[in-house]
Amino acid sequence: MIHAAFLIPTLPLAGFCLLALFGRRLGNPLAGYVATGAIAGSFVVTVLVFAALFTHAPASRIVVEPWFTWFSVDRLSVSVGLQIDPLSMTMAAFVTGVSALIHLYSIGYMAHDRQFTKFFLYLNLFVFSMLMLVLSDNFLVLFFGWEGVGVCSYFLIAFWFERPTAASAGKKAMIYNRIGDAGFLVALFLIYERTGSLQFTQVFARLGHLSGSNLAAIALLLFVGAVGKSAQLPLFPWLADAMEGPTPVSALIHAATMVTAGVYLMCRINPVLHLSPDAAHTIAWIGVATAFIGATAGCAQTDIKKVLAYSTISQLGYMFLAAGCGAYTAAIFLMLAPAFYKALLFLGAGSVIHAMDDEQDIKKMGALAALMPLTAFSFLIGWFSIAGVPPLSGFWAKGAVLENAWAVSPALWAAGALTAVITAYYMGREYLLVFTGEARWTARHDPASHSGGQPTDPRRVMTFPLVVLSVCSVFGGLIDIPWHPHLDFLARWLAPVVGANELVHHETSGAVVGFAVVEGALAVTGVALALVLWRGVVNRPALEPRFLLLAWCIDTAYDRFIARPSEAMAAFTASVLEVRVIDGAVNAVAGLARATGSRARRLQTGYVRSYALGLVAGTVVLIAYLLVRVKG
Amino acid sequence: MSVAASWYLTLAAVLFTIGAVGLLVRRNVLVMFMCIELMLNAANLTFVTFARELNDLGGQVAVFFVLVVAAAEVVVGLGIIVSIFRRRPGATADDANMLKG
Repeated sequence: MIHAAFLIPTLPLAGFCLLALFGRRLGNPLAGYVATGAIAGSFVVTVLVFAALFTHAPASRIVVEPWFTWFSVDRLSVSVGLQIDPLSMTMAAFVTGVSALIHLYSIGYMAHDRQFTKFFLYLNLFVFSMLMLVLSDNFLVLFFGWEGVGVCSYFLIAFWFERPTAASAGKKAMIYNRIGDAGFLVALFLIYERTGSLQFTQVFARLGHLSGSNLAAIALLLFVGAVGKSAQLPLFPWLADAMEGPTPVSALIHAATMVTAGVYLMCRINPVLHLSPDAAHTIAWIGVATAFIGATAGCAQTDIKKVLAYSTISQLGYMFLAAGCGAYTAAIFLMLAPAFYKALLFLGAGSVIHAMDDEQDIKKMGALAALMPLTAFSFLIGWFSIAGVPPLSGFWAKGAVLENAWAVSPALWAAGALTAVITAYYMGREYLLVFTGEARWTARHDPASHSGGQPTDPRRVMTFPLVVLSVCSVFGGLIDIPWHPHLDFLARWLAPVVGANELVHHETSGAVVGFAVVEGALAVTGVALALVLWRGVVNRPALEPRFLLLAWCIDTAYDRFIARPSEAMAAFTASVLEVRVIDGAVNAVAGLARATGSRARRLQTGYVRSYALGLVAGTVVLIAYLLVRVKG
Repeated sequence: MSVAASWYLTLAAVLFTIGAVGLLVRRNVLVMFMCIELMLNAANLTFVTFARELNDLGGQVAVFFVLVVAAAEVVVGLGIIVSIFRRRPGATADDANMLKG
């Protein structure tokens, strides 16, 4: 059954090809169902392969399936192969699962869009790239997938490219990712130069020959790539702007799957991180700083999707904190749990936006809970999950991270715990502003619309994914419960890949319970804070400073210290360097030629006799010279 | 009785000088043309003289080449001159200075 693994990325690719060739003929909504079917098929195959892998003994759960040789140059032979192991299969399962749900949701969300089929075309291509990324058995094919998801992200952010903001947001995402990709590429060169291979198993087997500085350089350069892709400090502003894309895209790419690619990469290179603890600690600190900045920025946003975007940045920071602390299982756990509740929150936000006629300002919403009960309830579940209210999935995931952070440094734990409170608070603010209080909107009174102008829950194709994701958010925590050695399923499942390098801290059971109580209390504090401060209140300027609305002015700083000087330099080049130096040089050469010509043309008199005189004079001089030579 | 070679060479030099000076001082195109012929034949005379003096046929062969070139030149040159006169009767060499830089 494991041999069927090649079907996992092939099915989305087939869907892409089908839509590319016949998409227009299939039309709306058939094209959407075809695309969804391709992903669902891929999900089914993934589950089957997953089950087949489960029957293997834990020690033999890393299977490399060679596929074909991509190219072979000198000593470098790159083959496209699939590495089927617990880590890649876990990723593949949640990528295909969440993608299938979001594809289904998109059929409803994009129903009125003119470019319906193109949207699904891009989505299928995205899923294919993402699966190549997680299933690849070597760094180069991983990089291929990495670039593939990047370009799909660009297409989808700029999907409504008629809007200038969407077009420029797409460009911004592309440029920020490119900065990270430069680091990734250099890391690839370094890996190949030092180990002579790009295949994971071979590279990791040869790590022993590498010097400490090389290992740290590889880890940090790959982390630079991850910083770009996963929107970490200082390259995170693109993710907030990426919300210009359609909401299903925000849910799928910019919350659940693509942005976690960086975390996946960190978990994949766990043998490298294990050997260079300094690099790992750098990663942890950048992660926790991002988590804190993202969470505080989320407190002041007024756009329903921007709150979620900064919350994504914050959660990603948490994942890097976990990976940097050597807690790879916790990182993956925290990747799976948000895949459910972030996707849920985004799809909920999408339903609200859809119902409110594309209104995204939470200050202009309110009182939607009664009109959209299902959306409101699923959003509530999302809020409690992300807040870490026990016993929802977020509680377990965040707890796993924080315990490991404590073991590395209590300062990391404190920053993480503070972030957890803020997270619970800003999500509460959003929930309360959107769904409770007074209605700050006016109904459309559009008799043609099916709901008579009132916002309502969307149709079933959109609510079904909400329900499934809600259930997953509630029970997702069951996959890894640290309190009992028989309940940590995820840790045991991932052990063949990350177990050897995982920093295991066996806390006493009392300490574990203590942590759980503290974290539960933190979550409840945040929720209570939100209820006290934002119930029935719309504006609290003191709590929404401009500094936080602008996300710590990082964009402003880039604008002032990079963009403006670049523009000034470009202006200088255009007005001075170009005109004076470059044009000057060209004009000087032309002037020289012209001056020479205007002098030399006087020799051409046009009179035959003067030419003849020249001839005679020349001959006389020549003969005189010869005579002198002969005599001398 | 044979004439000394120096006489021939002197004659050739005189002919050549007449030709060259004529080319420089005259304005009539046909006269200038004849001056060129004069110079060519002065050169031919020199060739023949040396061919006899040095007992080398190469000089006489060179004369044939010069004659052929001169014939070709006459064809082209006269053609040009005739066409100039047709457009501007009584033109001198100085009137055809359109190629002035």
